[in-house]
Amino acid sequence: MKVSAVITLKKDVLDPQGKVIHETLDGMGFNSVNEVRQGKYFEIDVKENDPKKAKDLVEDMCKKLLANLVIENYKIIETQ
Amino acid sequence: MKSSVITFPGSNCDRDMDVALTKFGFKNKMVWHNDQELPKSDLIVLPGGFSYGDYLRCGSMASKSKIMHSVINFAKSGGLVMGICNGFQILVESGLVPGVLLRNKYLQFICKNVHVKVDNKENTFFKNLDKKVLEFHIAHNEGNYFCTNDQLKEIEDNNQIAIYYCDQNGNTNDQVNPNGSIKNIAGVFNKEKNVLAMMPHPERMIDESLSGEDGSIFFKNLLNNIK
Repeated sequence: MKVSAVITLKKDVLDPQGKVIHETLDGMGFNSVNEVRQGKYFEIDVKENDPKKAKDLVEDMCKKLLANLVIENYKIIETQ
Repeated sequence: MKSSVITFPGSNCDRDMDVALTKFGFKNKMVWHNDQELPKSDLIVLPGGFSYGDYLRCGSMASKSKIMHSVINFAKSGGLVMGICNGFQILVESGLVPGVLLRNKYLQFICKNVHVKVDNKENTFFKNLDKKVLEFHIAHNEGNYFCTNDQLKEIEDNNQIAIYYCDQNGNTNDQVNPNGSIKNIAGVFNKEKNVLAMMPHPERMIDESLSGEDGSIFFKNLLNNIK
């Protein structure tokens, strides 16, 4: 079963890359952007058919490796 | 005195550290990340470099490697551990010191000499050090120290801030903060002060004619403190 996780920086953490992307978008004429925050996306195929168990497994991975909870939040966004 | 330097895939300051430790009298051993047991050591060093190509987050993969179980146990039982640069990143990822290292504020790799102010000398690493300001070298892309407000209060209350970026007279301000670190923090301790994590490289300042010798002062003093 495939489970996806999105890791984003917490609100108060400076994201210089997001800021530069925002400025570049501005320069390209995309003037309606309020803010850009860059994150990471993981698609994990786990050997587990029970959706709840699969999600729990990926959540554990997020806590222990994929995200650093001092600066990042994680969200399990879909299962299929 | 015995030391061990851990080599991870992608470490590139491990041999420099070996040269420095040996020069000042440590009997040093190199230890591969996939080993499980540490040689008997008075000091463990996690060197600089780009372990695992900085994949995911700098230091995150290395912090889960086999040898780190032993390093964490060694640190928790009071053993001296020092992490430099990528070693600092590995120490934050393994939870031995608080905080995290973000990308440099201005998105540039920084490679230059800096001055650091030694704030806390009540520990094995800096005890009896004559100088208050040292000139070290930094070379990093992710050295922007960050922690939550609660963590900052905690490390300030426990005197866990080891060194600050400063000018040559010891003044700390934004102009001498190379990477955007909170409060100009360049290095921190764990609560018990037996783990030191810092971005600057003392091992690059051990030659009179090539670099200056503030690293020599640091290592000689450290050896005397451990003896």
